[in-house]
Amino acid sequence: MTWDVISGSLLSIPVLMFLLGLIAARIKADLRLPDAVYQATTMYLLLAIGLKGGVALRNSELSSALAPIVMALALGVLIPILAFVTLRFMTRLGPVDRGAMAAHYGSTSLVTFTAAIVFLETLSVSYEGFTVTLLAILEVPGILVGLLLASRATKAGTRLGSAFAEVITSKSIVLLAGGLVIGWLAGDEGYIRVAPFFDTLFTGVLALFLLEMGVLAGRRLGEVRSAGPGLIVFAIVFPVVAGAIGVAGGVVAGLSPGGSMILGVLTASASYIAAPAAVRLALPTANPGITITTSLGVTFPFNLIIGIPLYWWMAQFLSGVWI
Amino acid sequence: MNRLSAVKCLVIIAEFVLQQRLLEDLSEAGARGWTLTAAQGQGPRGRRISEIEGGNVRIEVLGSSEVIDRIWVILEERYFPNYAVAAWSHDVNVARRDRYVDDSNSEA
Repeated sequence: MTWDVISGSLLSIPVLMFLLGLIAARIKADLRLPDAVYQATTMYLLLAIGLKGGVALRNSELSSALAPIVMALALGVLIPILAFVTLRFMTRLGPVDRGAMAAHYGSTSLVTFTAAIVFLETLSVSYEGFTVTLLAILEVPGILVGLLLASRATKAGTRLGSAFAEVITSKSIVLLAGGLVIGWLAGDEGYIRVAPFFDTLFTGVLALFLLEMGVLAGRRLGEVRSAGPGLIVFAIVFPVVAGAIGVAGGVVAGLSPGGSMILGVLTASASYIAAPAAVRLALPTANPGITITTSLGVTFPFNLIIGIPLYWWMAQFLSGVWI
Repeated sequence: MNRLSAVKCLVIIAEFVLQQRLLEDLSEAGARGWTLTAAQGQGPRGRRISEIEGGNVRIEVLGSSEVIDRIWVILEERYFPNYAVAAWSHDVNVARRDRYVDDSNSEA
């Protein structure tokens, strides 16, 4: 891992915007985007990623996507179980809170994924187009397994069926999947017409979004200490372990180093949009302060600044070992 | 001549994620309509997830006292224990009572 790669990641405008938001929140300058703008940027990012993935999916061999998709599903089940068990040894959290954490860490973060893609594109590294499909696939099982673990432990009947329906019909899944289908139908020729909007502007919108995320994460920083040392260590160590498993899984499933790195980012990242809403509804007694503080306040900044270059290094290393 | 008649107005302020469920429960209880606006504020619970998903919602429902009571029971059973929800009711006078109250059917 060369210094250029790290500084290139650290000094990229989106990451610096994130840091600006972080600092602004600490000095209490109000940089939050208006709510409607924030909602619009989320929709833009989801659609842009879906469209791009759909176009790439059309241009790629579907048979080569099968093994990675199976791998992603397996990881989507394995990672939340691993988080649930690990937390038992590292913290004093009860089963409901551990289940809530498992749902967050088993699911994925769109923005971390997006930042990883921008990182690879900056380095001119290619990756499989169907990785967006993996993002959509990995978003769901983690949440469900987490909820299942929590409800099994308490023997309380959570409404898993309605939780499943709520996750599947959530805005992020519908936009991502819808974008994938539209991109696939339109292909390269159709995409070129919207490329100035969805491609050229993409990194700029991401930067704007990360400014907002920085403010939100910065507000959580004050609460991080109250989460306790076990949780903070978990929020940093678990992504590295899960990321390594994801990268290795990607290499074994035949992904390129770039694709393996993205699978690693997906398993390492924790959800803070889809999972919190689903968990809040299905596990009302779980403490949302714990899950949001660790996923948004610790894991997200860690992945953005250190994790992404680290998983890229892992992917290069493991690809070299296995090939 | 008094053309106004008395009904109850129930105001519910709840975290954003509950919106869909609350509206379903309102119609289950027999409410004939509602008004929904975005709301900001602070309460004793403080921590919630909706900072990302968009603050709070404020729902206003007009109805007969039976309907409002039914909603109140649902709030006490399903929402008050674990969620950030504030609710209060008061008497209001409305024109066109039949818009808000179904007098023809005692079940509604």
